[in-house]
Amino acid sequence: MDHHSILRVVSKLLIPPIIVYALYVQWHGDYGPGGGFQAGVIFAVAFILYGLVFGVEAMTDVLPTSFIRVAMSLGVLIYAGTGLYALLAGYNFLDYEAIGHGGHHAQEWGILIVELGVGITVASVMIGIFVAFASRTPKLKDEDW
Amino acid sequence: MIDLITKNLPALQVVIPLMAAPICAIFNRGRLAWTIAFIVAIVSFAISAALLSQTLDGGVISYHLGGWAPPIGIEYRVDVLNAFVLLIVSGIAVVTLPYAVKSVAQEIPQEKQGFFYTALLLCLTGLLGVTITGDAFNVFVFLEISSLSTYALVATGAERNRRALTAAYNYLIMGTVGATFFVIGLGLLYMATGTLNMVDLAHQITLRGDSRMLHMGFAFVLVGIGLKLAMFPLHLWLPNAYTFAPSAVSVFISATSTKVAVYVLLRFMFGIFGFDYAYQQSTLQYVLLPLALLAMFAASLVAVFQTDLKRMLAYSSIAQVGYMLLGTAFMTQTGVMATVIHLFNHAVTKATLFMVAGAFVYSVGSSKISDLKGLGRAMPWTSAAFVVGGLSLIGIPLTVGFVSKWYLVQAALELGWWPIAAAIVLSSLIAVAYVWRIVETLYLHSPSPDSKAKEAPLAMIIPMWVLAAATVYFGTHAALTSAAASRAASTLISASNIIWQ
Repeated sequence: MDHHSILRVVSKLLIPPIIVYALYVQWHGDYGPGGGFQAGVIFAVAFILYGLVFGVEAMTDVLPTSFIRVAMSLGVLIYAGTGLYALLAGYNFLDYEAIGHGGHHAQEWGILIVELGVGITVASVMIGIFVAFASRTPKLKDEDW
Repeated sequence: MIDLITKNLPALQVVIPLMAAPICAIFNRGRLAWTIAFIVAIVSFAISAALLSQTLDGGVISYHLGGWAPPIGIEYRVDVLNAFVLLIVSGIAVVTLPYAVKSVAQEIPQEKQGFFYTALLLCLTGLLGVTITGDAFNVFVFLEISSLSTYALVATGAERNRRALTAAYNYLIMGTVGATFFVIGLGLLYMATGTLNMVDLAHQITLRGDSRMLHMGFAFVLVGIGLKLAMFPLHLWLPNAYTFAPSAVSVFISATSTKVAVYVLLRFMFGIFGFDYAYQQSTLQYVLLPLALLAMFAASLVAVFQTDLKRMLAYSSIAQVGYMLLGTAFMTQTGVMATVIHLFNHAVTKATLFMVAGAFVYSVGSSKISDLKGLGRAMPWTSAAFVVGGLSLIGIPLTVGFVSKWYLVQAALELGWWPIAAAIVLSSLIAVAYVWRIVETLYLHSPSPDSKAKEAPLAMIIPMWVLAAATVYFGTHAALTSAAASRAASTLISASNIIWQ
């Protein structure tokens, strides 16, 4: 991709706003349209664009596959952990009342934490799928069938 | 602390395996992942045993997730029927995991073992979730969690045989079509009633009466679940998936996933639509009953001509699902009871037999019937376990298979349907044919001279014989399982009677 200077410059210009927009969608999800799933996909797009233009190796230097694996598990644990915290605090599983001062405050923080977990998992799974496909060398020969 | 746990048992049943799965994935070490999975399976089993003991007297536990009361919030609703199925699923997980150590070590490369157990735990989460939830859409979500992880698990068989990849892909396509039908059905039910909570659905259906929308919803749900449980013409994904999956996966999914799908069918048919719903009555009698009979004969006949042991067992599974559907199609207390008891009995029997097949794969490297000649001498324990499981599959007295066939025949006779009772007995005769083929190969053929087959390791023999012993124990002490099954059947019936009054 060395000779595609326009492509490289434009994508370098685009990646920071994409990430900022992803964070906006993430933290705005409790007021308007948005939330963890959409934000996670947008966030992953920044990395996938980088990987497409500069090569998968350059991307995995920034985000090693072991990190992606841990991040996608961590997101699920954040979500389920919120529920478990409520359970240990004497409420039902995922009852946000247990968080903070209760009431609206608890509902807002509860959904923010849970959506953070969703966002982390979705972003790292999207990047993980991209890496899995892009760095795959075909092992299957015709006579294997 | 104890109080906290007992109060939250229904949530913990699903949350513990769900949280253990990502922990396994983070560390991604085979041995550690196995240990976590095994502990989780034991804890799940203890929880489901506690739930069953709490609901056995007819009580219902309702747990409100997030503190939102149903029908708005998601409700986990445990009665005898789901507690019984939960016990089957978690019990099979407990015996499968010790068995898995050796066979997974041989069949799955080291670096993938952590992920393998992660997928197994997710599959367990999904199956437990489908069973425990009282929310129709939640059933779909958990059904997909279990199905997606099963596709991945089947595909891990690719190290042994590349055809596992096409088998998994086929299963993926068919399973997704099934899930789509199911969710369209749910959408139609939601349009007709405005609710997704199962109890509220049943209530709204009685209030609003019959409509074409409801017919459509019913039909879509029936076809969707039919695909998931391998109802006869929709069974094409099953033989390859069971054959090419790693041995431990074959054991686990053959004993649990179709059973859970049958449970979902029972819950939707009788818990939501109810026994007196005329459209359902005619559908079950004119569509489901003939298909069940066809499955019993056609799948058993196909099983006779298989050249691979695992494939033969897979076709026999389709025939056994036919028996379960037959009991459902009777629409009587005894019929439903026969179905519920066969869920347990078939799970135990098929798990034993697939463990035997896995032991052959471990020692001989193949489950082709022609490679099993004379192994009765080299592998006496494994071969004897096959005989016990095989007898149960046929339905010989003293085994669990007899108990289920007994109730099934009784249910047919209660209705005065003699030809169907005869068909149940006749189809068992076909089972004699395919079981005998294997027994003959194992014991009456001389082993090939260059055969170096050794008995499977103890780690495989012990779980196999625990299940084989259960086959005989619950065959001679049928009161335990039939009490639970009979109460489960009456719960379904009494619930739907109240609704339609």
